[in-house]
Amino acid sequence: MALTGIQIYKLLPKTNCGECGVPTCLAFAMSLAAGKAELAACPYVSEEAKAELADAAAPPIRAVEIGTGERKLKIGGETVLFRHEKTFVNRPGIAVLVTDEMRDEAVGGRLERFKTLAYERVGLTLQADLVAVKSASGDASKFGALTAKVKDETEAGIILMTEDVSVMEAGRKACGDRKPLMYAANKENADGMSALSKEHGCPLAVKGNGLDEVSELTTKLTEEGLHDLVIDSGARGIRKALEDQIFIRRGALLKKYKPLGFPTIAFPCEMTDDLMQESLIASMFVAKYGGIIVLSDLQGYALFPLLLSRMDIYTDPQRPMATSPGVYEVGGPNEDSPVLVTCNFSLTYFIVSGEVEASRVPAWLVVVDTEGLSVLTAWAAGKFVGDLVGTSLKKCGIMDKVGHKKVIIPGYAAAISGDLEDELGDWEVLVGPRESAHIPAYLKEWQP
Amino acid sequence: MALEIPKMSYNGVIKEIPLGKEANPVIVGGETSYPFYLFEGEMPHPPKIAMEVYDAPPEEWAQAALEPFADVINDPAAWAQKCVSSYGAEMVALQLASTDPNAQDNSGEHAVEVTKKVAAAIDVPLIVLGSNNLEKDTEVLKMVAEACAEERLILGPVTEGNYKALGAASLAYHHTIAAGTPIDINQAKQLNILLGNLGVPDERIMVDPTVASLGYGLEYCYSVMERDRMAALTQEDERLQFPIVCNLAKEVWKTKEAKLTEQEAPLLGDPLKRGVLLEAMTALLLLLAGGDILIMRHPDAVQLVRGFMDDLMAN
Ligand code: SF4
Repeated sequence: MALTGIQIYKLLPKTNCGECGVPTCLAFAMSLAAGKAELAACPYVSEEAKAELADAAAPPIRAVEIGTGERKLKIGGETVLFRHEKTFVNRPGIAVLVTDEMRDEAVGGRLERFKTLAYERVGLTLQADLVAVKSASGDASKFGALTAKVKDETEAGIILMTEDVSVMEAGRKACGDRKPLMYAANKENADGMSALSKEHGCPLAVKGNGLDEVSELTTKLTEEGLHDLVIDSGARGIRKALEDQIFIRRGALLKKYKPLGFPTIAFPCEMTDDLMQESLIASMFVAKYGGIIVLSDLQGYALFPLLLSRMDIYTDPQRPMATSPGVYEVGGPNEDSPVLVTCNFSLTYFIVSGEVEASRVPAWLVVVDTEGLSVLTAWAAGKFVGDLVGTSLKKCGIMDKVGHKKVIIPGYAAAISGDLEDELGDWEVLVGPRESAHIPAYLKEWQP
Repeated sequence: MALEIPKMSYNGVIKEIPLGKEANPVIVGGETSYPFYLFEGEMPHPPKIAMEVYDAPPEEWAQAALEPFADVINDPAAWAQKCVSSYGAEMVALQLASTDPNAQDNSGEHAVEVTKKVAAAIDVPLIVLGSNNLEKDTEVLKMVAEACAEERLILGPVTEGNYKALGAASLAYHHTIAAGTPIDINQAKQLNILLGNLGVPDERIMVDPTVASLGYGLEYCYSVMERDRMAALTQEDERLQFPIVCNLAKEVWKTKEAKLTEQEAPLLGDPLKRGVLLEAMTALLLLLAGGDILIMRHPDAVQLVRGFMDDLMAN
């Protein structure tokens, strides 16, 4: 939590020497509180004051990075309990599990699906982020070999899963400079894991039996200078796991309780044997505060819905998703194909283009800039009205692409048809259905 | 230092609404905390699943959704019975989709006939939903309310545009109202106030906040529902303390991804499992946001969600 100017002032030397560029320590404190100055500008501030100020400025939940390069993943850093209070910021990482006791083909299959199951959606690529490599055999060289394979075959971030420090070291080595997350430090191995994490600058997960034990471990590790920690409360029952997630988030945000101020890792793969159920459990962790979610396998039918849930829940509520305005081709239209016009609210675009596609009637879809508002809202706000829509239609180039002179507007905007006809001269304005579900039936009747 | 986990202080409670026949009521509502936050509150009546039945054979349904009902799609009463006896539906939701002027435009008389048959075939509560066409819904639902006077139906969506007519009819013929508003907490509250002013007692009102499918705007209704519960439970907003009905299945199954075959979209995998999960996941997220009644379609999705709810409530 940020300190106030007065609180900061108490930590300053109070000599009013002016070297920071403002005449008094109080003025400097005020600038600091407002984020308009850097503490470094005061040469006389004490070490303790520095530490206290840094502490106060730190986010309540640490942001932790795993992996390197383009597939680097950032988790944590959340500041609210409910997305509508501001937004959730860092999407939870989705991981797939492989172990050193699985057959080669099984490992290969999971890695292959990890690479190929990617979906384009509203300008985003939806895909899994991490591979969790687990030592099931306890053999360091087997673990190292599997980790090396994962590293070679993917660019992804890696989670190393073993509670044996020497096995972990083998995996760490095989990761090179990939910056894996090491899972996990517990009561017994904390010293060894701590040393390893520190030496190589790798984030470390902490596994405790309950939140008290987790807090003791994170406190100890923080005192040893580790900051990039991830928490596993140990719960594997659905009800208890949900409760722990809520307690961790509340403890960190409402109590500023540092020992729980870290992102979490959850294991749906250890909570059920059924992949459908596993996917549902994973979606609960998307909604309720998971930082990393480890799955037993990736299959399109289960992964795709889960990725949608993550996209939805992590959409910034203050920013409507917008599609770029312009002319879109659906199903290879030609000069006789119908022209439909709609708004640039992503969801509307998505649904309308989906229905046009489903109709199997090739068509032109003109998306007008409504600043991300839906048709009805945009119309009410004067952003989907005759002259604006008319201007967009003239400018977007659609008139040169078709031989006919007809345009179909959404049923909800029927009121603009007169103005639009005036604007477009000899063009005929047709009023389409209100509900997108009726577009296919409507288009099947189309005559140029 | 051991941490004392901050508990929420709630000062409101969701109203308990008895549904269905007097002899055999199903109660919804009664929550005293956020959904499934059982460490600091209670859910005396766990959320219920209502299964959909259509008033005319559905067109263009995904194979996966159609298959379980292939033997009953021409007979809404048999369909409803199958939902209850084979799949354990706690309620039935009759969708009067064929009354839509943009669809078959079936008459109010037709709707009345179907509703009567379905009501006679089951003894769980019956939700009757219009086609979301204001004028037609007003006409059709009014006729249904009158003709099925003693059935204690749940009628919806009752909206700002027709609440007077439908509110009065529900009042006169003892039905419950699902008050529908377009994803807006203030409008939801306003409509509840209007219904109260009209004399509709609180135990006859539920809220239909308009929900969307996963991937198609689910986050809007998710947040509206979370805000609704927050206002109801922590800010004593008495006009929002009503159970929430989520009419979700039709939104999910009309999406492109619920309909594509595996040949058309190999990366999306098995179409049956995919459709089921899209529905179950939408339902689960709406449960976590505060849904009291989930209107669902596929028996496998119903089973998954029911199992999940049991796990969330398990001791
Ligand atoms: S430089 Fe430091 S001590 Fe001097 S006035 Fe600024 S804040 Fe005060």
